[in-house]
Formats: sequence, C-alpha cells, structure tokens
Amino acid sequence: MHTSRTTTTVIVGAGQAGLAMSRCLTERSIDHVILERGEVADSWRHERWDSLRLLSPNWQSRLPGYRYEGDDPDGYMTMPEIIGYLSGYAAVAAAPVQTNTTVTSVATSHDEGYVVTTNNGQWKARTVVLASGAYNLANVPALADRLPRGTASVTPLHYRNPAQLDEGDVLVVGASASGIQLALEIQASGRQVTLAVGGHVRMPRVYRGMDIMWWLDAAGVLDERYDQVDDIVRARKLPTFQLVGSPSRATIDLNDLQRRGVKVVGRLAGITSDGCAQFSGSLRNQCELADLKMNRLLDGIDAWAVRNGLDDETERPHRFGPTSVEASPTLSVDLNAGVRTVVWATGYRPDYSWLDLPVVDRKGRICHDGGVTDSAGLYVLGARFLRRRKSTFIDGVGDDARDLSAHMAGYLDRLAARR
Amino acid sequence: MATTATPVNNGVDVEFLRTAREALTAQPEGAKFQWRVTNTWMHGSHSRSAVKGYFGLGEEQSHRSEFSYDGDHPELFAATDNGATPVEYVLVGLASCLTAGVAAIAQYRNIQLNSVSATLQGEMDVQGILGIDSDVRNGFSAITVTYDIDADATPEEIKALVAQSQKRSAVFDIVTNPTNVTVEVG
Repeated sequence: MHTSRTTTTVIVGAGQAGLAMSRCLTERSIDHVILERGEVADSWRHERWDSLRLLSPNWQSRLPGYRYEGDDPDGYMTMPEIIGYLSGYAAVAAAPVQTNTTVTSVATSHDEGYVVTTNNGQWKARTVVLASGAYNLANVPALADRLPRGTASVTPLHYRNPAQLDEGDVLVVGASASGIQLALEIQASGRQVTLAVGGHVRMPRVYRGMDIMWWLDAAGVLDERYDQVDDIVRARKLPTFQLVGSPSRATIDLNDLQRRGVKVVGRLAGITSDGCAQFSGSLRNQCELADLKMNRLLDGIDAWAVRNGLDDETERPHRFGPTSVEASPTLSVDLNAGVRTVVWATGYRPDYSWLDLPVVDRKGRICHDGGVTDSAGLYVLGARFLRRRKSTFIDGVGDDARDLSAHMAGYLDRLAARR
Repeated sequence: MATTATPVNNGVDVEFLRTAREALTAQPEGAKFQWRVTNTWMHGSHSRSAVKGYFGLGEEQSHRSEFSYDGDHPELFAATDNGATPVEYVLVGLASCLTAGVAAIAQYRNIQLNSVSATLQGEMDVQGILGIDSDVRNGFSAITVTYDIDADATPEEIKALVAQSQKRSAVFDIVTNPTNVTVEVG
C-alpha cells in the first residue's frame, strides 16, 4: 500500500546537483529526501556514450564536503569512474536517497507546500528542489521528420559506440562537445562522417601548458554570474565548449577533424522532399565568429596572467591557426546516396513534463531567477548557467547549492515565524 | 579600442533598439512583420517595382514615400538596360543589410565608424539560366563581400563587427539558407 509521507524538502534527482543540495541541507539540519528514478548518477549510467569522459579534469570535481583524492588529478573521469565518484559522495554524505522512485507529479498542496507523487507513493514537503538534470531530452529539430526511410536517426542519449550504427556514411549535426566527439570516433570507425556546423565554441584543451579549464576557473570565467552577463537567455543557449577529455589531452577542433577526413559543412538548413540535406552557406562566418571569440578569451587569459604575476610561470602566449574552410563547402548531400545514419548532436533540454505548476514559459523553459522560481519554496538546480557559467559542471553545482540552501533556510524560517 | 572624449555616434539609436527588443520580447505578436513589393512589367525584360506599405507592430505601416526600382538587363543581352539586373538587386540587398548591421553593432559596442565601404561580387555561370547545362545552377555559385572599414577600433574588433553583422543579418540568412517560395497566379 502506498502511503503519504512528510518531509521538509524533496529533492528530485540523485546526480551531482541533488547530492550537493542534500549535503548543504544536512549541514543546515533541514530534513529532506532525494527521490531518484533509478540509482545514484542514473543519467551517467544510462544516457552517455561508452567513450565519454568528463570535460573537466579530476581535481576540478569539487563538491560540498567532497573532492577527488585519486592519483590522477589532471585526468578525466570515465563514465564508470564518475558513477563511482558520485556513489562515493552519496555514501560519505549519507544522502537519504530513495532509489527506483520516479516522480510523476509535483503540485501545490492545500496548505503552503507541495505534494510530490511518485510510483512509490506520495510525499508532502514545504520545499522542492528540481535537480533532475539539464540534459534529459535531445533537441531534435522538426526537420528530422523529413529524413528518407533508409536513414536512421540517433541522439547522443541513445548512441553508445560506432558498432551500433549501420555500415555507411554518417551525418553528425552539431559541433558542440558531443558533435565533435562523435564525429571523431565514428570517422575513426571507418564510416565517412559529414559534420554540419552552426554556432560553436572553439576551445583548446591545453593553453600555455595548463588545462583550459584551469585557466577558466582561475581567471573567474566560470564564476561569471547569471545576473552580470549581457544576455542570459543567449548565455544559457550557448553550445558546450568543443572539448574532449582524453588521456592524451588532445585538442579536437574542426581543423583536426578535417585532417582526419571528416567533411565539414554548414548548419543543416533543410531536407528536401527527395531526401537532400541542405546546408547553410554561413560556415565561413560561423568559423570566423568562433575563432574571434576564442582569441578574445585567450587575450583575456593572457592579460589576467600578467595581472596575477603568472606570465613568467607559464609557457609563452601563442595563438592557434584559424579554422580552415574549403573554398566551396558542400551545400547539399543526397541522403539516399549512402548516408545511413544522422546523429543529432543538437543540444539537450530538461524534462519538466511532470511538473504541474505554472512556472514554465511558452517555450517550455522553467522560469526562475538564479534557481528561485515564482512558486515559493520551489527551486531549480543543475540547469545551464543557473547562477554561474559553471552551474552544470560537477565543480560548479556546489556554489549554487550553497546559495539556494541559504535562500531556502530563510524561506523556511519566515514560514515558521508566521505559524 | 581608442577612447575619445566625444561620445560614439554612428547615427544609430541604440536606446530605441533596446526598448524595441524588450517590448517585442514581452509581445512576440508585434514582432511579426510582412514586407511587400509590387512589380509591373514595362517592356521586354524591363519591369518596375514599387515599395510603399508593409505590416508590423500589429498594424499597417508605410514608408515615408513610395520607392521605385527599375529592373532590366544590359544591352549585352539585347535588352534596354533601364536598371540594375535582378541579381544585382540581391547584392544590393545583402550589402545594405550587412552595412546597416555593422553600424548598429558598432554603436552597441561603442566603436566610432569613420568610413565603411563594401564591394560585392556574385559569380554566375549563365549556362544555367540559358538552359545550356542542367548541372549549372541558375543562381550565384558564390558571393564575395569585401569590407573596407575605418573605425576607432582594433582590426580584430572590426572583424568581429562584420562577423556579428552576418550573424544577425536577414538578407545573409535569406541567401545562405533555403526559403519556401510560393508563386501563384491570381
């Protein structure tokens, strides 16, 4: 029989965000439970491809009350390693996780608070933290419906390795971290890859002898706040950095992919009724924008290094060559002529379909101010650029959890005072 | 970027653009515009287009006056050459759009423009339109735009202006991406 239980705070999701929040609430003695549809780190277990490693180095996996203590601080965790890392965090923090508990609805209750319905009964709570992930659903564009029958469609959430793809050519759409990594390994498997490139963020893995993530962390770029950037809507939509976490610390950019035989084309702009994929003529400008932006970032890093006396401590400043673009990039590819698979590396979005609360805008995005929604006591955590540029990073969610747990404690105090 | 005592003035009302952006974010219906041209055949390949009314901000709008454009082909094609060729008008549209963008973005970024000029080239193999070779497309095989800009900014900042202008340009989008076109006979 399903019973209704009561707690102060329900956290939805036991990934890094939910566990970090749990730890912060425990420090504040706020009674809570984490409801997890599967196991701790479930998305990392089931929705990631085999070769994926974290994009940030091991030392940069700091969580409230927890840090990497292995012998390879500059390496990048594999999926089994990140699952082990987060499971260790749950154990050390004694996080109250209810596994195999899928939240099917969050609604307001009659008194001030929420009713959280799951496949394992109901919970009543004063406050709710949505920490169910930023990458639940793949953003597949509507034109995917126009693919010819013989061309399979796969998203990175279901892709595991090249062996699962038909023999034959592959079109990878999107040049974020996902797109370039999948283009790289699918091309290496002997399949001809065409990579459709729209807006992207070019980034070297290592600069002046240091991991680029070290520079971004040290120079405060990752700490940029949501209420201080020019255009937060745009910042939240920015594609992920073109980075790969690999033991060789190699930089994989469009030049490298082209040297390996990947055909680079413009943004996928359409699919004709006879199955021709059409690519935008804007490739040259997209690459120019990314090169200029990377160089501005490196200028900023160099200036920061001088200001902080690190100029002589690190390797000399240098610049990477411009992205080479063919004189006449291909504008269309007949998908019927050998393209067996399209991989949609076109971004992800959270799934809030189970949220029965009026906090979602006309485009399905949850409205919040740095994680604080208009529904008192309802918080979001782990969303893109929630409060800081690093909000979706393992290393970044802790500061957000600290801020929001403080906000929540204030709210609970005010509630208690009113009663 | 050189800093000057006088405020940057490229003749672009950035405050108006900011306000409009905010207003149209709140009221997306008002952002739906329709642009119109009427065209009348004159003689041979000569026709005349007129531009006056358009729709936007939820209601009918009008230019200050009617603008007229003669389209024709050069005498080389045994035509009367009463105006630019239609494909040249495409380049005119692209140039006007990109240059307007450069000015607006420069103003946003506090960059004073001293002079801006551009040369546009559209490559075309007329075997396409003449039906000689069906493998040759009718339209341009490539377009090259070359900007010459004098501004109180670094070369990198000037490149970034031109790149951002392409990113935000309507005509750049129209010429680089497919558009569904419906032509009816009334």
